Amino acid sequence: MEAYLNFSNSNIWLEIWPEIVLALGALFILGFDLFRKNNSSSSGILAIILQAALLFIHLFDYLAWHHTFDRDTFAGMLNHGIQEDIMRSFFLLSSLLVSILGHQYLKGRKLRSGEFHHLTMLATAGLMILVQSNHFLMLFVALETVAVCFYTLVAYNRESAKSLEAGIKYLIFGALSSSLLLFGIVLLYGVASSPEVWGANYEYYVGQDPLGFQYLGNLLEANPDHILLRAGVVLIISGIAFKIGAAPFQIWVPDVYHGSPMPVTAFLAVSSKAAGFFVLINLVNGPFLGMADFLLPLFGFVATFTIFFGNLAACGQRNIKRMLGLSGVAHAGYLLVAVMASMHFAGDSDRAIWVLFFYLFIYLFASFSVFGVMGLAQLEDDTEHEFSHYENLAKKHPWMGFVLVSGIGSLAGIPPFAGFVAKLLLISVAYEANLYFSLAALVIGVAISIYYYFGWIREITFHPRPSFKDDENVHAKDPWLQLSRIGIFKLCMLSLAVISIILGLWQGPFGDAF
Amino acid sequence: MQLVFLGTDNLIQMSIYQILLLGSIVVPAMVSIVFYSGIGRDELILKKLAYFGFGFPFIAGIVLFLSFDGSNGAYCFEIFQPRMGLQKLKITFHLGLNGVSSPLFAMAGVVGLAAGLTAIHSGAERLRLYLALLLTMQAGLMGLFASIDLFFYYLFHEFALIPTFIMIGLWGGRDRRSIALEITIYLTLGALISLGGLVALNVMVDAEKFDFPSLSLALSDFALADSTQFKIFGLLLFGFGILVALFPFHTWAAKGYQCAPTSVSMLHAGVLKKFGLYGLIQIASPLLPDGALAWSPYLLWLALGNVIIVGFVAIAQNNLKSMVGYGSVMHMGYCFLGVAVCSPLGAGSGVMLMVAHGLSVSLMFLLSTYVYKRSGTFEMDEMGGLGKKTPVLSCFFVAATLATIGLPGFGNFWGEFGVFLSLGQNSDHHLFLFLAALGIILSAVFGLRAVAKIFYGKSSNSLIEHEKEHTICDLSLSEIFPAAVILSALLFLGLWPRGISDRIDYEIYSRYYHFNSSQSMSLPPCCLVKQGGQENNQTLSLFQEKSPVSKSSADE
Repeated sequence: MEAYLNFSNSNIWLEIWPEIVLALGALFILGFDLFRKNNSSSSGILAIILQAALLFIHLFDYLAWHHTFDRDTFAGMLNHGIQEDIMRSFFLLSSLLVSILGHQYLKGRKLRSGEFHHLTMLATAGLMILVQSNHFLMLFVALETVAVCFYTLVAYNRESAKSLEAGIKYLIFGALSSSLLLFGIVLLYGVASSPEVWGANYEYYVGQDPLGFQYLGNLLEANPDHILLRAGVVLIISGIAFKIGAAPFQIWVPDVYHGSPMPVTAFLAVSSKAAGFFVLINLVNGPFLGMADFLLPLFGFVATFTIFFGNLAACGQRNIKRMLGLSGVAHAGYLLVAVMASMHFAGDSDRAIWVLFFYLFIYLFASFSVFGVMGLAQLEDDTEHEFSHYENLAKKHPWMGFVLVSGIGSLAGIPPFAGFVAKLLLISVAYEANLYFSLAALVIGVAISIYYYFGWIREITFHPRPSFKDDENVHAKDPWLQLSRIGIFKLCMLSLAVISIILGLWQGPFGDAF
Repeated sequence: MQLVFLGTDNLIQMSIYQILLLGSIVVPAMVSIVFYSGIGRDELILKKLAYFGFGFPFIAGIVLFLSFDGSNGAYCFEIFQPRMGLQKLKITFHLGLNGVSSPLFAMAGVVGLAAGLTAIHSGAERLRLYLALLLTMQAGLMGLFASIDLFFYYLFHEFALIPTFIMIGLWGGRDRRSIALEITIYLTLGALISLGGLVALNVMVDAEKFDFPSLSLALSDFALADSTQFKIFGLLLFGFGILVALFPFHTWAAKGYQCAPTSVSMLHAGVLKKFGLYGLIQIASPLLPDGALAWSPYLLWLALGNVIIVGFVAIAQNNLKSMVGYGSVMHMGYCFLGVAVCSPLGAGSGVMLMVAHGLSVSLMFLLSTYVYKRSGTFEMDEMGGLGKKTPVLSCFFVAATLATIGLPGFGNFWGEFGVFLSLGQNSDHHLFLFLAALGIILSAVFGLRAVAKIFYGKSSNSLIEHEKEHTICDLSLSEIFPAAVILSALLFLGLWPRGISDRIDYEIYSRYYHFNSSQSMSLPPCCLVKQGGQENNQTLSLFQEKSPVSKSSADE
């Protein structure tokens, strides 16, 4: 009984109020949708309002009302701190934008909107728990919650064969990655709970949770050369590498991005990847820090390979969604450099983590402005975005061209867009950490990426060919002409682009954080 | 030296010069924003606004040039805003002019005005966007020479660079789309490598701020190891080298200029390309003297490649614009030679040549467009006999060609002369001196041959054909004005080089104290420091305070 009391005393439910509200809201939307007509979009508006309110209240909660300190709750299952809170607002913002994109996207298509928003919010709640998890059991359960939502979301467009195919692919690869992760966790558990590893020190560690991060951190620090522990760590990192799309586990990325509906592609590109990175950086600076000497060369290889694979493969793509997927792989490679840098700054890893945060936020703004505009195209097959569909877009719809170009410019890291500052910070931390080889890969990778990003900008802005009078049939197929009313959506997209430019010129309070 | 903290309450404290300095960046930027946003439909008012946008930097450049007081070897007209930028990386917003940047700043204003006037009268399709992009470029160019902070120096460069790509892609000539892509990748790679070098400088040097004075102060206490200097200088050299079209990386330049619209060629070849050399002379060599000395043998050969190989390539060109393009790449070789000799004289002459070359090459691009308007072609084989019909144009063209070759009377002469002298001072460099001097013959060959082909001889068939459809008239007043502005600036430099060489001297001599100072014995007229003047003593004492090297040599 006493043991139970100890346990229940650490259950501070108030700490996870945003997740609870979000999950309840998701359930409410599912119920609300039952009583609506088939083609009603009011559940979308409800979801948007709910998430916007939640985002604001959560921001106020940790910025103004009370500061969360670094503390463990739920018997060490969860850990709350300022970084976790920032990631929570990151996911809320991302989920809000996915809902806005999805609302716009589903309006024009014969798909139910209730389930979409329900799944998005549920996945977000899972992601928010995932980044706070301080225990491998929690981590795995949260990860699976997210993954199951994503499997459904990727295959959401049930009438499209490509969407279903992508769903199956994602399911198979996701299951593989989860099993790798689980196998790694089991290996760690098996070694950690065995008295033989500790030898004489065992008594000291009796009664501790062998899956908790603190305990594993001590264990790995004491036994960095243990072969089973190494295998476990590598398997866990492989499982996460699947989520972030790092080589050699990147192969699903173009296929799944290609097939999934546009808002889900954005959701995958931003939230799923960000969660993977935060978990990774938490692990390598927490429990796996003892193995830094073993992990650094591994990460160096993975980052370089990822950067080159992503960029070179993206150069050859004609389909824009595949190209963006592969460029996302390249971005994962850049971010891995920040992860490596954080391992180099022993005890001062926060600097690299702030750079990672800044990069992720910039990536969020840029990705959503790109995918948001792409989602507006009225194509027969939503998955086939070719370069030719973007011919002269800037002249036909200047605001769309502006938003799209600012998003691409930010992804490519061209000033005055914020992506440039993010890359600058990345280069500077990489230099400080003496990662010259990865730095060279990063610089060359960015230069290669100009080829495909600029190729796309070229289609959007430069007149590719003069139009002829008998081109009427081509104009009839123009995907950008039949646009429904998009007043508020336009405002959201424009504000994303403006944020990209403002953060590129003036970092304000963010500048002090690094 | 007055520092002004820009705040809402003390904005009024800015002096007129500081307002001019800031305005030369802000005014074109604001005008371009007005153009982008689509406010206003009246074409006449917009044109007036564009005149203002290009005229303000010109006036600011001239006024600040004339009122510059470089006698104390420090920055003038400083504007300091520490809260803008990334504090952790020590980046601050810091503007000001010194002896090296002040002539380049004025040159950017002059070329910008000429390019802007040409653009306003060019009658380009979507003129509004064209002018908006050009004004963005102008703002970036003025900012690049005005910023002391190295990050903003780079940022302003990118501001000027990106419109170049867009304008080549939109208004370029044949193959514009592929050339725009090629130039983008090439120059982005160069910019990223130099950014890597600048970041390395930022990280390795524990300075208070990320600008030249703080870095140099920090380095005088704690010098970097030779190998580190070698690496960082290598990054900066190749990064900047790609941007300036150093020999093996020069292939983008002539193609790009041939394809780009006139105003863009003028601004890019004339002003923007000086970014890299400015960085090498102003930042890299003084801060990393051992790195510069270590790289100097390689750089000498590469620069010679620019002069000789690209010179021959220029001779082989039949297209007027690409000949001018290759010619400009070739003359960059002399500037690189000036950097490579690692002496105050070489660097100072390099700056002199940069200013003069910026003016002369933009004049050449401008005039070749005038020729094109009259003959309907850029192919020199199809031209001939234009001189009789357009005497004024041919006068200008001959003058510009002579300036490019480096004849006395124009600014280029003093620059090239100084570079040759600096090569001659060191007996190791005599081979380079000999070969580089041969380059003058090459540039005379292609320059004068072009003059002969275009203006002399019988009227070619294509000219007669062209004349049937168009009346060929001489330069109009609106065409003469930009050319005359540039030419008079060139003549000013040629006839009174002291106008800029004095201030360059003060600055360069206070920066290049690391290098062997025995070379200051035989100075050419353009680079003579006033002997015994009060200012000179000040400069000397200044560098003695800073430099442990010169102190020890004085003791000996």
